[in-house]
Amino acid sequence: MGQAKMIDIYIMGKKYEVPSDLTVMQAMEYSGYKLIRGCGCRGGFCGACGTVYRTPDDFRIKVGLACQMVVEKDMQFIQIPFFPANKKKYDIDEFNADLPSLMKLYPEISRCVGCNTCTKGCPQNIEVMDYMAAAIRGDIEAVAKMSFDCIMCGLCASRCPAEEVQYYVAILARRLFAKHVVPRASHLEDKSKEIEEGLLDEEINKIVAMNKEELKNLYDNRDIE
Amino acid sequence: MYDSMMLESIKEVEKTRTKRLNEEFARLTADEKLELLHNFHPDFRDDTQREVKIGANKGEKIPHEIADLLESKSLLNPKSFDIINAEHDVDVLIIGAGGAGSAAALVAKESGAKVLMVTKLRHGDSNTVMAQGGIQAADKTNDSPMTHYIDVVGGGGYTNIPELARALTMDAPSVIKWLESLGCMFSKDEDGTMQTIHGGGTSRKRMHFASDYTGAEIMRTLRDEVQNKEIETIEFCSAVELLLDEDGKCGGAVLYNMETKEYFIARAKTVIIATGGSGRLHLAGFPTSNHYGATADGIVMAYRAGAKLAFLDANQVHPTGVVYPKQMIGQLVTEKVRGIGAQLVNTKGEQFIHPLETRDVVSSAVIRECEHRQNGYEVEERQYAVWLDSPMIDLIHGKGTVKRELPAMFKQYERYDIDMSKHPILIFPTLHYQNGGILIKENGETEIENLFVAGEVAGGIHGRNRLMGNSLLDILVFGRRAGKAAADKSKNSDVKILSLKHVERFHKQLEEAGIESERTSPMLLPKYHK
Repeated sequence: MGQAKMIDIYIMGKKYEVPSDLTVMQAMEYSGYKLIRGCGCRGGFCGACGTVYRTPDDFRIKVGLACQMVVEKDMQFIQIPFFPANKKKYDIDEFNADLPSLMKLYPEISRCVGCNTCTKGCPQNIEVMDYMAAAIRGDIEAVAKMSFDCIMCGLCASRCPAEEVQYYVAILARRLFAKHVVPRASHLEDKSKEIEEGLLDEEINKIVAMNKEELKNLYDNRDIE
Repeated sequence: MYDSMMLESIKEVEKTRTKRLNEEFARLTADEKLELLHNFHPDFRDDTQREVKIGANKGEKIPHEIADLLESKSLLNPKSFDIINAEHDVDVLIIGAGGAGSAAALVAKESGAKVLMVTKLRHGDSNTVMAQGGIQAADKTNDSPMTHYIDVVGGGGYTNIPELARALTMDAPSVIKWLESLGCMFSKDEDGTMQTIHGGGTSRKRMHFASDYTGAEIMRTLRDEVQNKEIETIEFCSAVELLLDEDGKCGGAVLYNMETKEYFIARAKTVIIATGGSGRLHLAGFPTSNHYGATADGIVMAYRAGAKLAFLDANQVHPTGVVYPKQMIGQLVTEKVRGIGAQLVNTKGEQFIHPLETRDVVSSAVIRECEHRQNGYEVEERQYAVWLDSPMIDLIHGKGTVKRELPAMFKQYERYDIDMSKHPILIFPTLHYQNGGILIKENGETEIENLFVAGEVAGGIHGRNRLMGNSLLDILVFGRRAGKAAADKSKNSDVKILSLKHVERFHKQLEEAGIESERTSPMLLPKYHK
């Protein structure tokens, strides 16, 4: 692999020359930016670095995560590390996994015009419009499953002409689905109860009191599932 | 996209794949493991550590990069800094808003405390959000906290503090139950049974997961709940020093607005440090899988206040960090990839270690394969890697498994035109986890009264080596314990007049030890800009 060639990029309209194999985030740092906003896990999980850009050969607005995409020649971009959104507060026990719950907290979901701009604006390639359509139908399971890879970067909401906050609808649906629709794990209940009632205390105390040799003996001879 | 030389090397891996499907590499004996670690693990290299000259751990070996921060001056001038006017006066101040901080906040609030949580980046910015693999808990019928305990201490080289390992394993099922009750979307069977798999060093399949977004799912659920409970959270606000009274009791912190650069004061009856790890210090020059904010701030503040540190000389390099494409360098390839069948293979197409040995052992084996046996692939000059044979997963579990079970990972590689279900991936160890930290007791207390610690910044739970899936567990177990204990303590905590006298004394010790550096700490953010 040779030395990367230098290309021009435009950070908020201002030209910088950077190596062509950097990510957008690295290119900002290379250009002298000390990031406080717009930088988080640097691994594509946290949603801090949503970025909007255009390239000269295309009229379309493109999106990506600054930590996950490589710079392109003559691209111009701005990070959108924050976008105003109203998160509704709720008591999860007082809501069911159904349409009335979604409508009570986010009545604006019915304003969706089906333009698909949210989907085009999702750096995770989630079918955002489709899960919003599922939300309007009250199909909570579909919303939960389709939105699962959401990193809550907020780019969908930033571009929505109907002024929806899709990612808050999505997390509400996921939590309601997981809490009220998916069956509880009975083995979890059983084991927690056993521990709470102190039924394992004697056995664990015995092991906690063991010296290294005794533990080593147990460890080296343990059976592996 | 792989170049032609890489594709040639992949052919060697493909040639042996069918044969390897039925080949289980022998696990190492205890002695073989020790020998491997001593010869190849960075913890045992002479040039990575030094004796720290001052403080509660004076004379003990600590990695240079951490020792540099400990042997630094405060960002504040303790003699002239005004701490009279407190902008905040709360029961419990929580520094850090990742998984541990958020869990602590929820439980402290539930226990009736007025809580303030501050974080130097956004709420949820943490290593928690990046943890893909899973969370351990012994809650199936063939498993028990005792079995889990033995795995934990065996993996930790019998150095774990027993009471902490006990708390970790005994609280585990109730932590998962708590998450389930919060609507955390674990991967489950139709009847609600948790899907569980192996992780490195586990003797039972007890790794619970939420696809490969386990940490992200836990974090976004906790954050949503913290917001629902209207717990005051200040973002882009770090702490830079603790405040102590004349008896040495902790009673708040000096906070710093990352954006306006202003300092201000929060008084608190109890304080919980939950600032996370230190991967961004790039110990021994390793790339890291850690979050941007993992700069050991909590360790620095607590050390100045007199806290004792433990096992900071033990740092985990995760065996499978991305080496190619270079834009992803250091990022983690979750252990789940090995958990569901991918083997580690050298350039000759041979296995050289059982893929599910503990992380320290597998990392050492990869380093040996590359640096000693010269069976690594040279990605760039002196940057070697071995192959992680991810296509095996679809062969074992059926087509589409990689995409379904590892969507985050698959997506990341896909961005660079690499289909990890068809082609293996190049990996080398990456700095992943601070095994040690501030020494705690089982409810998160420290030797400093009113000061509690939870999460990666704490030390003693995992001894010298943590197993996969025990970190997501640890932050919740000890986050919850610290939240409860700090809230309870705040009800009868009496703190006298606060000061930065301990920082003054620390500066004096620096002077007496002949440390004349102009270094300041905490670091707050790494310097990556030009």
